[in-house]
Amino acid sequence: MQPILSLENISYSYHNLKGETPALSKISFQVTEGEFLAFVGPSGCGKSTLLSIIAGLLEPESGSLSFDTASTVGYMLQHDHLFEWRTIYQNVLLGLELNKNMTKENIDFVVQLLQDYGLYAFKDKKPSELSGGMRQRAALIRTMAIRPDLLLLDEPFSALDFQTRMTVSADIGNIIRNTGKTAILITHDLSEAITLADRVIVLSKRPATTKYELPIHYDIERTSPLSIRNTDVYQTYFNLLWKELSDDLSEPKTQN
Amino acid sequence: MISLNQKPKTDLTNQEAFILAHRKHHHRIAFFRLLILLLFLLLWEYATQAGYIDIFFFSSPTAVMKYLYQMILDSSFFRHTGITLLETVVSFLLVTVLGLFIAMLLWYQSSLSEILEPYLVVLNSLPKSALAPLLIVWLGTGSKTIIVAGISVAVFGSIISLYTGFCQVDDELLKLILTLGGTKKDALFKVILPSSVPLILSNMKVNIGLCLVGVIIGEFLAARRGLGYLIIYGSQVFSQKASVTNVKRISKDVPPLDGTPRSSTVRSTNLSHAGESQSDPPCAFINCLYRLITA
Repeated sequence: MQPILSLENISYSYHNLKGETPALSKISFQVTEGEFLAFVGPSGCGKSTLLSIIAGLLEPESGSLSFDTASTVGYMLQHDHLFEWRTIYQNVLLGLELNKNMTKENIDFVVQLLQDYGLYAFKDKKPSELSGGMRQRAALIRTMAIRPDLLLLDEPFSALDFQTRMTVSADIGNIIRNTGKTAILITHDLSEAITLADRVIVLSKRPATTKYELPIHYDIERTSPLSIRNTDVYQTYFNLLWKELSDDLSEPKTQN
Repeated sequence: MISLNQKPKTDLTNQEAFILAHRKHHHRIAFFRLLILLLFLLLWEYATQAGYIDIFFFSSPTAVMKYLYQMILDSSFFRHTGITLLETVVSFLLVTVLGLFIAMLLWYQSSLSEILEPYLVVLNSLPKSALAPLLIVWLGTGSKTIIVAGISVAVFGSIISLYTGFCQVDDELLKLILTLGGTKKDALFKVILPSSVPLILSNMKVNIGLCLVGVIIGEFLAARRGLGYLIIYGSQVFSQKASVTNVKRISKDVPPLDGTPRSSTVRSTNLSHAGESQSDPPCAFINCLYRLITA
């Protein structure tokens, strides 16, 4: 299949007067249409920088990024950042409003999304009146409203409590899978990456580089996160990734 | 609240008892607030009536009320208050609009704010009453000067605090706007302004007070109407009286020129009576001169 996004030797450094902090070093990977790709890595390794480059918020210092300029990117942040001065309905329409795309068709699409994800009854409520899981779903609808060809998920569940996180990540995973969206997820939670993604890429510590790649495949349907967690292959994947990550973490110790 | 700890003997529910105690508490607070004011007024009145303080320098509540009543009767009270109120409101509205507009501009053009920052700090810390005489020279002695004086007191602080508030808005919110395809202008109008509404409101509360201060300063120096004018008029009338006292005192001092100096005790009592009036230095000067001559 034709990749919809491909990165080649992308490097990026942050600069300030005290010096240069390399964040990404020669990252290369491709994403095919409909694929769900997950990145895991130690905290502060430059994962968010990678998404910012893909979203076009940052310019890479070297390397090339090929992505169809006509396609849209949807970006989901760690916190829902729903605006308290707007109702849920006004919040989810924000993207259309900014793109001056408030056509009847688009609005109907958003209303349909609200109904599908069980938020229609809450559309006139303020964000603070909703639970954490509902807010995150509203944030997803806000992202989906602009019909992105590529979804970027920057630790979107890390601000939720454990129970909500399990259900919401399963919900959102199913939504993305059912709509056939291409998605890139960034997380520090290995089980989240293994249950949701088709492929997991392990990044090294800063400056991040692609260290290990693991295709994920289950014989069962991925509808419930619990049934996946109970499979043997889940355990194998988990151990493989854990080993890769802990190698990286123990490296500085051996150096000392 | 003590009453919460005591079990009510009536058959009120806990909620009703709570509301009752809550009301009692608020009534007590209001009572003591009023009591302080009343005690102060009574003490003031008593001290002047009993002669502990001089009514000429300290006035008294009844004298103030009488004067106020007189001013209401000849409607000068409403004229002066109305003028000051109008000037304050106009300068407040201008400060709000100007402050908001400039703070938005500074946020939008961050290099502009870097360039202008030291100027804003200097202008904000400049004593505005020092500017007032210049304003009179530039703009005359009308309402224009007074409104500009009001603006000058409030506008720079308003810009600084609004701009600081704008900069404290979470960067992630701005990132959200950018990821949804918005521009920096969208971020300004959809995020910065709506999220700063509480800040803008509290800034307005501060501004109305500062504008009043500026307007009064302006009226001190350049007005024939308004509360500031009344204050300065009052103090000038007072100093005229003081001058008259001093003139009388000088005339008492003059006779000794014929060769019989008065005792210094008389002079010192006169001095203490005159207080801090402006005519003191010339008086002392004349005394010195007189001593030099007679020595």
